[in-house]
Amino acid sequence: MSKTFTLDGKVIPFEEGETIMEAATAAGVYIPHLCHHPEFKPHGSCKLCTVSIGGRLGAACTNRAEEGMKVESETEALNADRRSLVQMLFVEGNHVCPSCEKSGNCQLQAVGYHLGMLTPHFPHFYPARDVDASHPDMLLERNRCILCELCVRASRDVDGKNVFGIGGRGIRARLIVNAATGRLADTDFSVTDRAAEVCPTGAIIRKRYGFTVPIGKRLYDRHSIAELPPLPAKRGEGRGEG
Amino acid sequence: MPEQDVCDLPGIVARWHRDPANLVQILRDIQEACGTIPSDTIDRLAALLDVPRVRIESTASFYAFFRAESHGAYEILFSDNVIDRMAGKETLKQYFCERLWLEPRKLSEDGLVYVDDTADIGLADQAPALLVNGYAIPSLDQARLDLVAELIRAKKPLAEWPPMLFEVPDNVRKPGPLTGEAFAPGAALRALIARGAEATLADVDLANLRGRGGAGFKTATKWASCRKAEGESHYVVCNADEGEPGTFKDRVLLASHADLVFEGMTVCARVIGARQGLLYLRGEYRNLLEKLKSVLARRRDAGLLGQNILGEQGFDFDIEIHLGAGAYICGEESALIESLEGKPGKPRNRPPFPDRCGYRNQPTVVNNVETFASAAKIAERGGAWFAAMGTPQSAGTKLVSISGDCRRPGVYEVPFGVTVRQILIDCGAEDAHAVQVSGPSGTCISFREFDRRIAFEDLATAGAFMVFSRERDMFEVARNFTHFFAHESCGFCTPCRVGTTLLKNTMDKLAAGKGSAYDMNEMKHIMHILRGMAHCGLGHTAANPVVQTMEKFPDAYERRLKRLDFEPAFDLDGALATARLITGRDDEWAHLANE
Repeated sequence: MSKTFTLDGKVIPFEEGETIMEAATAAGVYIPHLCHHPEFKPHGSCKLCTVSIGGRLGAACTNRAEEGMKVESETEALNADRRSLVQMLFVEGNHVCPSCEKSGNCQLQAVGYHLGMLTPHFPHFYPARDVDASHPDMLLERNRCILCELCVRASRDVDGKNVFGIGGRGIRARLIVNAATGRLADTDFSVTDRAAEVCPTGAIIRKRYGFTVPIGKRLYDRHSIAELPPLPAKRGEGRGEG
Repeated sequence: MPEQDVCDLPGIVARWHRDPANLVQILRDIQEACGTIPSDTIDRLAALLDVPRVRIESTASFYAFFRAESHGAYEILFSDNVIDRMAGKETLKQYFCERLWLEPRKLSEDGLVYVDDTADIGLADQAPALLVNGYAIPSLDQARLDLVAELIRAKKPLAEWPPMLFEVPDNVRKPGPLTGEAFAPGAALRALIARGAEATLADVDLANLRGRGGAGFKTATKWASCRKAEGESHYVVCNADEGEPGTFKDRVLLASHADLVFEGMTVCARVIGARQGLLYLRGEYRNLLEKLKSVLARRRDAGLLGQNILGEQGFDFDIEIHLGAGAYICGEESALIESLEGKPGKPRNRPPFPDRCGYRNQPTVVNNVETFASAAKIAERGGAWFAAMGTPQSAGTKLVSISGDCRRPGVYEVPFGVTVRQILIDCGAEDAHAVQVSGPSGTCISFREFDRRIAFEDLATAGAFMVFSRERDMFEVARNFTHFFAHESCGFCTPCRVGTTLLKNTMDKLAAGKGSAYDMNEMKHIMHILRGMAHCGLGHTAANPVVQTMEKFPDAYERRLKRLDFEPAFDLDGALATARLITGRDDEWAHLANE
């Protein structure tokens, strides 16, 4: 018999070494997240998946499941704090959903809806961030980057290319690319890279495909992010990607 | 001159064994040689080290002391702790800039000199202070700044500046076992060899030594766990990244008691089975580097480091010094390890902890400078001797770095359990109104709490003790600290990256007279998010100064509030500034009332 822990009172089985997030996902339970992706090494930076583990707070994506632990996730208090985190992500960048090609397929937007976010709440920072349209097939729209490092991980760990990295620190942290010019066109980035389809927002987006599916008929227009089946690990079938 | 000619890149890379893990050290050497880290140098370095350029750029752009553009022949950085400000730093900086006809954060027109601020440089007992090309000059006044300005105008190389400018007295006001007793190098190691590693570990356990970096984790537990952990090699790391504003006791231990520190590391090495040690010295203590290297060389000559230490077969251990590059977060042990591995100093996900998976993913003990110094004394004089000092839960003595409004700032070695009141009497601070214990991330206490004690069970401290008199504005103290945290947040996790800037902006809003009770509640809310969700201690504690001063000195906030309910952050009239500039108008109708 496999080991179990409880998540909001529900018994969740897990294999030794699995994280809370992995076990919950396998059991069909959604824990809000943005920087997590089952294909990649847990990162633990967005902190949206923060859960209460026997009264102590920790990220579900980096904390290992342990026999008998009591985990709480869907509490009013935790969801209110998660909403604040999403609001923080909104105000530190420049997110303009109505004019964004990713609207309806965007996980940041979808998780905002899921958590009942109605306003950005905090004063906007309105940072000046560079847009890089140099690449023939891909657009790099840093205004929408939430620094989840999924592209960094995908390019390094799957594509073996190291196209992306994070430069600077603190609120000045920014997505940088592997070229002296700083231009995406001068890297070996390709539209067929795994890193090209893994961005949860509209920061790395394919050119000329922005509106092939009309707004209103997109993934999260039809489903809440919480009710979708877990992300398939197989490439190309990712939900809310590309 | 093209930079290729002055910067021997292959030589620097070879000196650091072509190892990308030494990237921070390589970048430091490049910058010391060239003054900057230019983009084409990064390309050539990427080829030499065979790592992607983006990785080098990540590291180079993370640390405050690395820069891509020239800051001229003389880079002057004024320490910007609130203690420096209280000692007149702002006025002196302005005076200095006027003398040299320049503006801060702007390279002088002749490309000679650049002036800016930097986080506390570990000289709060001799504030205000500055760094010139990384070297500290304490106790600034107009006369000393006149001299600095003259030397710059005469384009005198730094090596020819009068040494008295760079003299940093220890200011040990109250010596104790670590700072006041003579220590014969090798004494602890001889005792260790006589007794054996296991018995020495038992003594460290008996001594009840707890980590002096502030967290107070039991040292013997850490060592025992690392000793048991399996790995290809074990490492000893000394955390000398003393970045907490107001702390400078490690500076004194390293300047005058380095043997004690290195000997403590060597004792630890024997206990855990390590052959290599690293001392991570904060970049601001660059002036200590040569002296520390000479102590290491002397110890090697004396058979206290190297192969077969003191003739003991198989007792091999040596220590290398790594310099930081301006990042407070590297004082967090896993961020420090990342930095030692050449990466940006971002705290790791834990567990695993360094005792099992640390430097190069091997079992590693990371301890504070003072912890190693204490360990050496324990090895020499025994655990019972040490445990007899202090309190049952907090054994031994604590080095406290005292600065601010007192007559005798400096280092005080006090037994744990001493009251704040006693320390205030000792340092001559009769007028004290508040004390920031353990720096911005620590605890702010008001005059009502001066009977509290310095001890892990009451006021845990890494050593800072900043005294504020009745005249000081505790709001401005807290505001200075919010700027510090926003500057030092590594940016990895959402709550700290955004939350520290939100706090800073809100405090600035209050300072501008645009605050309301709403903003006070918002700051409490941000504190709640930071405490619960931030990735590491920096984030967990970043709101402490605000929330604690709000609670203990409410008047300092209330007199700044414009209204007690709500005040919009959006400045209507300010938003029209660009339009006024474009249209060249500044008449009455080009303005909007903010009321």
